[in-house]
Amino acid sequence: MPLNKDIKKVLVIGSGPIVIGQAAEFDYAGTQACRALREDGIEIVLVNSNPATIMTDKVMADKIYIEPLTLDTVKRIIKMEQPDGVLSGLGGQTGLTLSMQLAKSGFLAEHNVRLLGSFPETIDKAEDRQIFKDTMIEIGQPVIESETVTTVEGALTFAKKIGYPVVVRPAFTMGGAGGGIAYSEAELESFAANGLLLSPITQVLIERCISGWKEIEFEVLRDSADNAIIVCSLENVDPVGVHTGDSIVVAPALTLADKELQMMRTAALDIVRALGVEGGCNVQMALHPTSFDYAIIEVNPRVSRSSALASKATGFPIAKIATKIAVGYTLDEIPNTVTGKTSCAFEPTLDYVALKFPKWPFDKFVYAKRDLGTQMKATGEVMTLADSFEMAIMKAVRGAEIGLDTLNMPKLKTITDEDLLTRLQKTTDERIFEVYEALCRGFTVDKVHELTAIDRFFLYKLLNLVQYEALLAEGNLDEETYKTGKRLGYTDKVIRNLSGQKLPCHLAPTYKMVDTCAAEFAAATPYFYATYNCPEAGGENEAAPFVGKAKKGTIIVLGSGPIRIGQGIEFDYASVHCVHSLKALGYEVVLINNNPETVSTDFDTADRLYFEALTPEDVQRIIDLEQPIGVVVAFGGQTAIRLTKHLQKVGVPIIGASADCIDMAEDRERFDDLLERLDIKRPRGFTVKTTEDALAAAKKVGYPVLMRPSYVLGGQNMIIAFSDADIEEYMAIILDQDSGNTVLIDKYLSGIEIEVDAICDGQDILIPGIMEHIERTGIHSGDSIALYPAKSVTSALEEKVLDITKRITQGLGAIGMVNIQYIILDNDVYVIEVNPRASRTVPYLSKITGVPMCELATRVSLGEQLSDLGFGTGIFPVGPYVAVKVPVFSFEKLADVDTQLGPEMKSTGEVLGLGRAEEEAMYKGLIAAGYKLDRKGGVFLSVRDSDKDEIAEIARKFHGIGLPLYATAGTVQILEKSGLSATVVNKIHENSENNVITLLESGDISYIVSTSAKGRDPRRDSVKIRRRASILRIPCLTSLDTARALADCLMSYYSQDNTELVDICTL
Amino acid sequence: MHGYLVLENGKVFKGQRFGIGGDVTAEVVFTTGMTGYLEILTDKSYAGQIVVQTFPLIGNYGVIPPDFEGGSVTPAGYVVKEWCQIPSNFRSEGNLDTFFVEQGVIALAGIDTRALTKVIREAGVLRGCITDNPENVDFGASIQGKVAQVSTKEIYTVQAENETYKVALLDCGVRNSICQALAERGASVTIYPHDTKAADILATKPDGIVIAGGPGNPTEYEAIVAEVKTLADAKIPLFGISLGHQLLALAHGYKIDTLHTGHRGSNQPVRHTETGKVCITGQNHRYVVDASSLDGQAKVLFEHVNDQSCEGLRYLDKPALSVQFYGGPKDTLFLFDDFIKLMEGQSHAIK
Repeated sequence: MPLNKDIKKVLVIGSGPIVIGQAAEFDYAGTQACRALREDGIEIVLVNSNPATIMTDKVMADKIYIEPLTLDTVKRIIKMEQPDGVLSGLGGQTGLTLSMQLAKSGFLAEHNVRLLGSFPETIDKAEDRQIFKDTMIEIGQPVIESETVTTVEGALTFAKKIGYPVVVRPAFTMGGAGGGIAYSEAELESFAANGLLLSPITQVLIERCISGWKEIEFEVLRDSADNAIIVCSLENVDPVGVHTGDSIVVAPALTLADKELQMMRTAALDIVRALGVEGGCNVQMALHPTSFDYAIIEVNPRVSRSSALASKATGFPIAKIATKIAVGYTLDEIPNTVTGKTSCAFEPTLDYVALKFPKWPFDKFVYAKRDLGTQMKATGEVMTLADSFEMAIMKAVRGAEIGLDTLNMPKLKTITDEDLLTRLQKTTDERIFEVYEALCRGFTVDKVHELTAIDRFFLYKLLNLVQYEALLAEGNLDEETYKTGKRLGYTDKVIRNLSGQKLPCHLAPTYKMVDTCAAEFAAATPYFYATYNCPEAGGENEAAPFVGKAKKGTIIVLGSGPIRIGQGIEFDYASVHCVHSLKALGYEVVLINNNPETVSTDFDTADRLYFEALTPEDVQRIIDLEQPIGVVVAFGGQTAIRLTKHLQKVGVPIIGASADCIDMAEDRERFDDLLERLDIKRPRGFTVKTTEDALAAAKKVGYPVLMRPSYVLGGQNMIIAFSDADIEEYMAIILDQDSGNTVLIDKYLSGIEIEVDAICDGQDILIPGIMEHIERTGIHSGDSIALYPAKSVTSALEEKVLDITKRITQGLGAIGMVNIQYIILDNDVYVIEVNPRASRTVPYLSKITGVPMCELATRVSLGEQLSDLGFGTGIFPVGPYVAVKVPVFSFEKLADVDTQLGPEMKSTGEVLGLGRAEEEAMYKGLIAAGYKLDRKGGVFLSVRDSDKDEIAEIARKFHGIGLPLYATAGTVQILEKSGLSATVVNKIHENSENNVITLLESGDISYIVSTSAKGRDPRRDSVKIRRRASILRIPCLTSLDTARALADCLMSYYSQDNTELVDICTL
Repeated sequence: MHGYLVLENGKVFKGQRFGIGGDVTAEVVFTTGMTGYLEILTDKSYAGQIVVQTFPLIGNYGVIPPDFEGGSVTPAGYVVKEWCQIPSNFRSEGNLDTFFVEQGVIALAGIDTRALTKVIREAGVLRGCITDNPENVDFGASIQGKVAQVSTKEIYTVQAENETYKVALLDCGVRNSICQALAERGASVTIYPHDTKAADILATKPDGIVIAGGPGNPTEYEAIVAEVKTLADAKIPLFGISLGHQLLALAHGYKIDTLHTGHRGSNQPVRHTETGKVCITGQNHRYVVDASSLDGQAKVLFEHVNDQSCEGLRYLDKPALSVQFYGGPKDTLFLFDDFIKLMEGQSHAIK
């Protein structure tokens, strides 16, 4: 069936802010969807609250609403826009749930809107545990013994019947939030209670634990004519028990015999047919390792993280094809653009191995539980392509930016054997390294298999690496050994270091193309990965014929690697825009990145894509081949910036800020000298290496002080210390990670924090906008609510900021984009931090100001003058809208992480609220971030001493709206002094039956204001309260400024019915 | 030990040998299936070919005899990127190297198999030699796969547990799983050597006849085609598979064409013309039935989605169908049900 001509206008629902379990892959999917619709001339209306996305770029859709993804708002948009259809399967769980609610309530039918893609019946069959189970039993597919329960008692009764351990899976939660494996009655009680709370329909599934079985996934596409294909099979290296998002995954499945694979392939197709999916579907199955027993774990009738991975792993764009199917096409009508000759009705075949390695946030959250289970904890991932498993995992480990270039983890070298074996039985983010360590120590593959249930196939492959390293350690490095090492995936540097020898020869990679068909057909997709084939073995470099044809020269753009807290999708946005700008200027653009979730790694974003790790050696090999006229590092976050030293060393021109400029901004001493020379103020500070020096420095500048390691990324390990004890605690943590680390100690100034993104051409600067943080200094800029335009910056201050910014950028010799954070205190401007690169705020500032920041930065980096580019110089005029960026966190997924905000960044994503007035923008921003903003229920207040002066004023606001106040005794006293009545609440230890926690659980509390001088340590009461709040989804405000802003919002008259819906294409 | 693959166009690939030593010269073909190497190694249609696996990791699940399609390894030679020395599967009985030594298979690993695949793709038909001595290769010595080499020498029967039908199968290179698929559906299968006379088969009064196989150029098997014609004229339900499909077409006077590269892999899409549905199939063939030579007594039942070549026929004047593909994905197992239905209809008609 060709395109359905009745569909002329389609609403695409995005996935909202980045949270654990729902990340950049949905920007990739949404962007693909928009392109696919546009190809067919369909008018696109887009709604997504996440401004840091490519899909919300003006060019992607005809109308774009950066509005809250709530039922109310989406309904208003549908009424206003009257689309013919809603695309439901591209916006992750968020988009799917919204679509389902719209359909089930009859709203869509009432407004003559068709649901495109997944149908409500399909979604129910896939997502409602009981209907799913019944459907599977009907078609004879084995499911795991399980029962849906709605009470904790029900869970306990069923578990008694099937025996422990049991798996707890809450219904309709993202990334399996609230799930877990319970080994005892006590554990089950806690998991079940939690899961029931988190499930929007108060349902959890209790099921037989099949940990240790192989976990296999299939990505399936089915069209309306019932054609169904498997795009890709995936095998989790970590067996069942670890969430697939936290597993190392290979594609295709590597340990299944054809008989097993075909059995499961057929099952996957039967299931997708039974569910009636039209579009993409992910089927997760478990296979018993020593029999043909298998069971269906889960089905996701939408594009997913796995489908993004499968798309990048195969070159087959699942989201695009799913969209085409949704508007009527059948698979055999959709051309395969990779081969140009064939259709999409086929199954991609790989002639390489793709491997995904997760990126976890535990480096940032030192108190977080590192255990991996059914709750996904990774924030991002890297993918590698190679022609052996060994090379794939080696590339992944060095590309994951975890400070390793082999599987040897230094800290494991010193633990005892017993310790190691104990650790192996527990799954954490470090397990693969523990496995490797065990193999290094001579534990047998069988022993390690027994402890981990990881298939021996993978263990023997790891053993190959162990044995090779042992061979290198013997110091005999001949040509054959060197070549073997290259084929196993080792860098020259590691081979040199492990062997202690000079390299006997050099072997350049043979880049291979990803073509969906294992070379069966000629393809021209400029999508490459490195392998090593010797010339005599017929080694062919397939990228070579593409190189050197550019008229204006080739430029390499470095991407930003895996998504992590502090370096998110914003940097992919910037990289993609840089690529587009360079292409428009006539350069041939090469992009290097290893993140499979993103738009940048779509093979048609740049002229050529190298799916490789962003390490000096991997990048250098591409430079050797491509001979670029320059490399751009300014858009790929710290990942790209970190490569400047290497580029400078080998003499490759850097386009934009020079290595020297970057160094000057990063090197404390050089930067201080510069500021002194320019007579620009900054908080007083010192650099220290030991706890003693740190204490002395703090004494000199006076408490509170800001402490951070000298390398900074998203405020990694950054804290405010109020006392000697704080300093001692932190120095211990920081020095434990790397004893050679230097620590910066600055006087903490409590003022208004503002943030400036500037574009400089060496002479002039353009400041597209000044943003103000709602929270005073001390909270990381990424975690602050940011307001544009800055309300506290008077025109006199504005001039001052412009002047200082200009002087700093000129002093640094910065070219291109610069991000500066300032403190405004008593009309003085202090510099906190300067980053001569694109920042997190670039996407949303570009969108609301209309200044194409990445394009301008790219063009001035290549020598153009701002004055010629049409956007003027100085501070760009402010438009009619106020924009509020609100951070979004993933706390409910990270057990034991304190939710109190501080100088270390904790948020995973952000949303934007736009309005004519600040309150309107704030209201929309908060709603979009998930705050319900109910004007009912109680407010619990518990603040640290230093906040006590201000709490009454904020409490009065809540009180004024009619919300009853609750507080601990000390706070109540203060409130009463100000004439406010509040109910006294017992502390946790004061009464086990009636205390803060029981109050929170009672459901009477709508808001919590909780600040504490300490925190962090999960044993402290304040942290317990905040953790409970996070699990109960009670908004918990950990800064008085945020609390005040929220209270003001509640006091305003805005509701979801009376805010203006802003089509940003009209800005 | 080093070894070479020398192609007749002069290209040489140096790798490491496994299996047994010695030289072999034959047509080099690639296959793109990511699993199924055991089925390929024991599939008689690969007789007389050097098979190149495009997937780089081969042998991961070892050697599993119950999955074999025949009693021995049929390809003349085998080329992979990397073979797995220590396989992992609960049914594995050993690794490929040991198996190849037992079976006398010449194999080569460690070459750039993707580069080789592209050479084969461009060349179409290409001979090559696995050898220790790349300087001196006689491509005239190419071995060729023939039905006579792979067909059974003796008549034997695969008994169905609940026998409802008796099927006679003319073995031009049958795969074990074809007999299993029939037996599972209640049809006992008696397998006859390729040179069995049609009259001898018809004398047993089978409920249905299957012609299955195999290697080689169908137009060279005139004697078999003549017998197949007699079998077809008996109007007993008939099912032709791969080479059997071509022989049946020849028996009806249709023409055989050749593709440039052939279809080789387990991801080949075919369209079922009666429903319009696309099925994914396993294929290894370069010869195809020329659909333009059909005479109205047969219609195209399957066409290849990519090049529209004929992948199956339904005969209109008799209860017969034939398909070019077999193996790998299970999408087209319904054809066995169709064949059973043909027998069902026929027996009702007779009784």
